[in-house]
Amino acid sequence: MARRREKLPPDRSKALVAMTVNGERVEAPFEPHKTMLEVLREDLALTGTKHGCELGECGTCAVLLDGKPVLSCLVLGLECEGRSVETVEGMAGPEGLHPLQKAFADLGAAQCGYCTPGFLLTAKALLEENPRPTLPEIRQALAGNLCRCTGYVKIFEAVELAAAWLRGEAAEPRKESLYGYDFDESGLLPSHPGPVGAVLAAAREAAVDEGGDKPRPYRAKAR
Amino acid sequence: MKPFTLVRPTSLAEAARLSAASDAEIKAGGVDLVDRMKEGIDSPKTVVSIVEIAGYDRIEPGPPARLGALATLARIADDAGLRKAYPALADAAAGAATPQIRHMATLGGNLCQRPRCWYYRLEEFECRKKGGDDCFARDGENRFHAVFDTDLTCCCVHPSATGTALLAYGASLDVVGPKGKRTLPIDRFFHRPVKDPTRENTLTAGEIVAGVAIPAPAAGSRSAYRKLKEKESFDWPLVETCVAFTLSGGTVRGARVVFGSVAPTPYRSMAAERALEGGTPSDALAKKAAEAAIAEAKPLSQNAYKVTLAKVELERALRQAWA
Ligand SMILES: Cc1cc2nc3c(=O)[nH]c(=O)nc-3n(C[C@H](O)[C@H](O)[C@H](O)COP(=O)(O)OP(=O)(O)OC[C@H]3O[C@@H](n4cnc5c(N)ncnc54)[C@H](O)[C@@H]3O)c2cc1C
Ligand code: FES
Ligand code: FES
Repeated sequence: MARRREKLPPDRSKALVAMTVNGERVEAPFEPHKTMLEVLREDLALTGTKHGCELGECGTCAVLLDGKPVLSCLVLGLECEGRSVETVEGMAGPEGLHPLQKAFADLGAAQCGYCTPGFLLTAKALLEENPRPTLPEIRQALAGNLCRCTGYVKIFEAVELAAAWLRGEAAEPRKESLYGYDFDESGLLPSHPGPVGAVLAAAREAAVDEGGDKPRPYRAKAR
Repeated sequence: MKPFTLVRPTSLAEAARLSAASDAEIKAGGVDLVDRMKEGIDSPKTVVSIVEIAGYDRIEPGPPARLGALATLARIADDAGLRKAYPALADAAAGAATPQIRHMATLGGNLCQRPRCWYYRLEEFECRKKGGDDCFARDGENRFHAVFDTDLTCCCVHPSATGTALLAYGASLDVVGPKGKRTLPIDRFFHRPVKDPTRENTLTAGEIVAGVAIPAPAAGSRSAYRKLKEKESFDWPLVETCVAFTLSGGTVRGARVVFGSVAPTPYRSMAAERALEGGTPSDALAKKAAEAAIAEAKPLSQNAYKVTLAKVELERALRQAWA
């Protein structure tokens, strides 16, 4: 027997929030009680940011909010209105991987990879503020990110290496790495569904097809 | 997380009025509140966000220092002027939580955060802090719980690192409420759960911490903060210790000795303070003060080790401060 198609909940329950995501200005409709982590993954199809502990203990959900690393599991989506969010999907450019991504790949600083997005973004913020961090400074900056696989050494080395590359030095890994070989970059580029705006437009069309209402623009109350 | 309405008032007075309702909660950095809302132990209908209200994130290191309640732990940790005049506060902020959290967490939120007792944090346990009849930690899993003031209604520990340091420095809080402003000495801010375990501070409905004032240290003043934890990278403290005193003519005067994470409030050890008064810095004096402090301890079934830690840490903090 054919199942009746579920009608989408009326989109009146959603707020339309203007923000910049990976440099792209979008108006994102989402339920107003969602965390930024949920909005990124469920409403913007940016699943590079991971759900871990949901308590602030693991750092795998870290993203950059106005350039500062924060834990998206503890940020309300609504409070990103007018702000700029950077996720791991925004790190690689047209020229390929970000030096941090390349160094992580070259040195085997990612194994299962679950912690990697949080490490990459937290390290990116560090290198933007401090292009020449010492090893203790790298350890300190990454102290809130847990990794259950690598033992951290390769992660710290990868950040050191990427820092040197970003300074324009022709650096090599500081010692022979167990996994050190060049990856074929083409297979490493994160696959995501293109501009977030396109994803949202498609979702909007689907919602209208199903008879849902249009989400109303969110404007902060009493502001 | 249950649906709620987010309001973003533009002044603290308006925020105070809005948050006076019993189903409203203030949100600053959200590190604690959003977590509690997701865990289902708090479901405010209205969340009053104060984090964007202008003018409350200032850090004036002085001395005397004035800090806005919205200053983040990261900025407090990094402020060179604060570190010079109030090193124990800078160390407390720098050692709390993780780098990402310190970017989000505010001073006011750190002072007003709820405890981390695992029974309180689990929706399934209707403990006294949530209005229930039992303190499950008393006869349950209590290795991280209180070792001082354990004969009260709740034996959680207060988690605020900045509270521990600010109590040692004798700070006072600027409070804005629906009925106006008042100044609250930090000695009267934390609430001991003698009868009512459902709150940790003496703020009344709608009252908001607007800022903190720290008196200028007297000439010859010394202070130190130490945090002992299980995990090196970051962790909740097992024991925090903060001492502040002046050295005049080679003797200790006006010492304030505060332990964190050992009692339902940051815990001032008057016994240790009395033992230090007028003494000459020496290992023997540190030992005498530490022994006086722990004489008051009443550990629970699994945490006598914390008493030993408190003793050793106080000796170390004193030696660090007068070195
Ligand atoms: C993994 C982890 C480790 C941590 N380790 C430590 C640690 O070692 N030491 C430590 O001290 N803390 C630690 N914390 C706790 C963290 O520092 C606090 O949760 C944070 O400081 C809360 O600040 P906030 O601005 O995010 O507060 P919010 O979550 O916004 O608010 C917390 C509470 O305070 C109330 N509130 C907020 N601001 C005000 C105000 N101005 N006036 C009145 N009420 C207010 C809110 O209503 C809410 O109930 C840790 C947290 C995590 C997740
Ligand atoms: S999922 Fe956010 S810190 Fe673990
Ligand atoms: S690579 Fe698996 S958790 Fe870090």
